[in-house]
Amino acid sequence: MTEPVRCTSVDDLADVRTGDKGDTLILSVFPRDAAAHDYLVKNLTVERVSSHFGQLVTGLVRRTDLPNLPGIVYELPGVLGGGVTGSPTLDGHGKTLSYHLLSLQI
Amino acid sequence: MSGQTRSIRLGAGAGFAGDRIDPAQKLAEHGLLDYLIFECLGERTIAASQARRLKNPESGYDPLLEARMRAVLPHTTSSGTTIVTNSGAANPLAAAELVARIASKVAGRTVRVAGVTGDDVLDAVRRHNPVVWETGKHLSEHADELVSANAYIGADAVVPALEEDADVVITGRLADPSLYLAPLIHEYGWDWNDYGMLGAGTAVGHLLECAGQLTGGYYADPVTKPVNNLAHLGFPFADVRSDGSAVFGKLERSGGTLTARTCTEQLLYEVGNPQAYLTPDVTADFSEVSFDDLGHDRVAVSGATGRTRPQDLKVTLGFRGGWLGEGQMSYAGPRAFDRAQLAGEVVAERLKDVHGFPEDCISVEFIGAGAAFRGLDTNPSAHEVRLRVTARVATEDAADIVGWEVESLYTNGPAGGGGARRSRSEVLAIRSCLIPRHLVSTEVHILEARK
Repeated sequence: MTEPVRCTSVDDLADVRTGDKGDTLILSVFPRDAAAHDYLVKNLTVERVSSHFGQLVTGLVRRTDLPNLPGIVYELPGVLGGGVTGSPTLDGHGKTLSYHLLSLQI
Repeated sequence: MSGQTRSIRLGAGAGFAGDRIDPAQKLAEHGLLDYLIFECLGERTIAASQARRLKNPESGYDPLLEARMRAVLPHTTSSGTTIVTNSGAANPLAAAELVARIASKVAGRTVRVAGVTGDDVLDAVRRHNPVVWETGKHLSEHADELVSANAYIGADAVVPALEEDADVVITGRLADPSLYLAPLIHEYGWDWNDYGMLGAGTAVGHLLECAGQLTGGYYADPVTKPVNNLAHLGFPFADVRSDGSAVFGKLERSGGTLTARTCTEQLLYEVGNPQAYLTPDVTADFSEVSFDDLGHDRVAVSGATGRTRPQDLKVTLGFRGGWLGEGQMSYAGPRAFDRAQLAGEVVAERLKDVHGFPEDCISVEFIGAGAAFRGLDTNPSAHEVRLRVTARVATEDAADIVGWEVESLYTNGPAGGGGARRSRSEVLAIRSCLIPRHLVSTEVHILEARK
């Protein structure tokens, strides 16, 4: 990978897979290489992720870094408001929301 | 057989209740499998199955069970492949009887079918009265009707069935990774307290439990992650050795791709805390896992471990949650979003004023203008917008009004609305609690299907 430029989107550096547990959205971020991993650990902070999901987040976002894989897991409480059976939203699992993180400019 | 070289091949036959059947049939026929596993239960599926069983005591298992078994049993019974599945859902015994009937017709030999019961803990939770996670209140304080309570049971519910030489094991709410861990414990005699091995086996199970999600499904992106022949995605298998190490593979010429990258994505799927992935069998630790790409759709995994299993078992509770009524209508071209927005306001106003719906039961979405992102990234200049109005109400009749009000926009609403659709469905609200292990006891029932 070439050196990441100053303003880039998550989509340029990583893939994201969504999972759900109750009304917590789990976003697993997979940097495409070691340089992307370092850049994301530094710049894709819990604060950036939390503000990107705005008012949907009801508590503290937790981040777990797994440098070996590499992978970074974010847990966003409340985003799925009521979970898959408690929310009338069409995509109750929030499966589509991985691509919302990809659009974040960092 | 040497302990050094022996391996057990576990194949993934389904990753959810609605999964495809043809990839499982191909694995059964050509995969040289020791075990074929079908994971067919989610939180909603188990509660919905209980609701179906309440209407008809003979039902309550996976509606696709018959089609799945007809497709694979002729192959598994001739190759000696053992099937393990949680598709018994709310009625493992009726499911076992169905499978025995099919086996007696399609198998060339006597087939032993095991039904495993004991996950249904409806009476036990009523007596135990635990705190419900989502509400923080004791179960007895809930006004909604409780229709189901199923404890996540583990590998120790399945191993006794394998010890009785079952060819097919059918359970209810068996935890997903336990489907795969049980055969490994049975074959290798792993100790129930050897949590390192149980953690390693659980990682194998977790990687396989969503079937096609390991081989390019839920991964593919035509630009950033192109996957070959997604229409004929091959399901994965794993060759697992007695030390818990494993190599994943898929059938030659099957669609999809299997790389360290697809494995890495699946390892962290639905895993909030990779250091403590809780199952009934173990507290698994995936944080030191690494993958080795061997090429040609072969990937080796190592490094998973584990610690003591949780004291209590998690229970999925299903409550009757009324009805969801729904209506949809499309708007396209200039001012599509503005017209859809006006239409949504009209419907919401009429549901409140004319039909007396409370405001907080109504939800309005604009599909095509960013509905999926829940208001975080709305696009008011979308070229085509589909209004979706839903309301959660007490009765089926009230639910039907939602679609009616959307449909009536044809002649009473904004210009150019088309393609109205309406539906209603019963809601089961899913919540969770814990139950002490000693209140859950499982039992194996063997049926013999003779040729």
